[in-house]
Amino acid sequence: MTVSPPLTTDVVIIGAGPVGLFAIFQCGMLGLRAHVVDTLDTPGGQCAALYPEKPIYDIPSRPEVLAGDLIAGLEAQARPFDPVFHLGQTVETLEGTADEGFTVTTSAGTVICASAVMIAAGGGSFGPNRPPLDGLSAYEGHAVVYSVQRKEDFRDRRVVIAGGGDSAVDWAVALADVAASVAVVHRRPKFRAAPDMVARMTTLAESGRIDLVTPYQLAGLDGDGGALSGVLVRHTDGSSRRLEADILLPLFGLRMDLGPLASWGLGIDKGHVAVNPATLETARPGVFAIGDITHYPGKLKLILCGFAEAAMAAHQVFALARPGEALHFEHSTSKPPAVPRPCNSAMAS
Amino acid sequence: MPKLTVTDTTGKTATLDARTGLSVMETLRSNGYPVVGECEGSLACATCHVIVDPAWADRLPEISEKEEDMLDTVFDLTATSRLCCQIIMGDQLDGLAVSLPTT
Ligand SMILES: Cc1cc2nc3c(=O)[nH]c(=O)nc-3n(C[C@H](O)[C@H](O)[C@H](O)COP(=O)(O)OP(=O)(O)OC[C@H]3O[C@@H](n4cnc5c(N)ncnc54)[C@H](O)[C@@H]3O)c2cc1C
Ligand code: FES
Repeated sequence: MTVSPPLTTDVVIIGAGPVGLFAIFQCGMLGLRAHVVDTLDTPGGQCAALYPEKPIYDIPSRPEVLAGDLIAGLEAQARPFDPVFHLGQTVETLEGTADEGFTVTTSAGTVICASAVMIAAGGGSFGPNRPPLDGLSAYEGHAVVYSVQRKEDFRDRRVVIAGGGDSAVDWAVALADVAASVAVVHRRPKFRAAPDMVARMTTLAESGRIDLVTPYQLAGLDGDGGALSGVLVRHTDGSSRRLEADILLPLFGLRMDLGPLASWGLGIDKGHVAVNPATLETARPGVFAIGDITHYPGKLKLILCGFAEAAMAAHQVFALARPGEALHFEHSTSKPPAVPRPCNSAMAS
Repeated sequence: MPKLTVTDTTGKTATLDARTGLSVMETLRSNGYPVVGECEGSLACATCHVIVDPAWADRLPEISEKEEDMLDTVFDLTATSRLCCQIIMGDQLDGLAVSLPTT
């Protein structure tokens, strides 16, 4: 990993879910610049990764809004403040103090220095849902992979795909013409995927190009700890089977994991960071936690509460980033965001 | 008040008071059991997997297709695995017994 020269800003926001996105706006309204880091490749947190097509009914003044549209609106609202996004990167370390400033370092080697840190990490960073198999980590990256970067990497390999959703079905069909063999392990005969793709997979199974291994679940890995030779699977009736394999592709969706956050001295209890509800400050002065990650008496895990927490924390951050400066507050009606939003540009000109 | 019996991963069994109208997930979580329930029962996280006592499996409301879909992302499933945010306690479930999975 190459470490880039440090970037400097007022506040680093960890997590680009709905709450992190709104924090950009709230900080921006106070004249504070933000850098935002998220493990995912696109902003939106749970709303974008888990339920973009679902309507939300409890956002004030939006009787019904699709989660994906809510995120698009939050991005548009943040845009005038020129936030710098560092996506596809996980914040791994958080160093420093409120007096000397903070430094965060990401998995991609990005180093950002800031006066304050806002943690809007939700239930943790999103990553693949990893099967709890003995010795798994020794195979991960080369023999156990969670996504297909290049189809060519699978040419003439014996591939076992595990899972029953769209990605399992899509990749089974796509890899059937390059791989030496493709087996699909799923706990039941029914696949929850686009019907036309399921039909194509079934046709390939009938012609012997795909081996449908149902109703089975993953049970173990067979190999020398480096190279994989087989995948062990277990039938619902308890009996076992071994599938010849060079590569296992477990496709069980995303899971949230606190990961590095747990070691930042924040006092994590049951996956949440305790804060002072008046300031949203954590046990570590200068580090604030907002949104789903936060806990205080009476906390509700609702987007609207996260929005309010973002506003309150922004005012605290101002004091750290602009020491000695008085916070002259004006409502957004008297001080609209300086740069017109793209959707308003026609009206403004 | 209906009772809920739970066996943790060490094999220890306890009987809890389960308020009518709350899910088994809420009941276990508020009693300190490591049931995360990250998505608050909206069938988007599968962090509320329990194994229902086989004697009770058929007496629970039928499993929905959405719950089946979410169970597809759980490892080490058993024949009576359920996502317990979907089991709402009431008198008809008085005495329900579940155990927590090891993974
Ligand atoms: C199916 C479903 C339906 C819901 N319906 C509603 C509803 O109707 N109304 C409502 O108010 N709420 C609803 N919620 C809850 C709502 O989505 C959450 O409250 C909200 O997403 C929390 O926002 P957040 O920004 O705090 O965290 P998240 O949305 O969880 O985003 C956190 C982000 O931080 C990132 N992250 C974490 N750690 C790191 C790290 N170390 N480095 C880099 N990035 C990191 C993660 O990758 C993630 O993208 C629903 C949730 C689900 C799953
Ligand atoms: S709490 Fe998320 S699926 Fe049950």
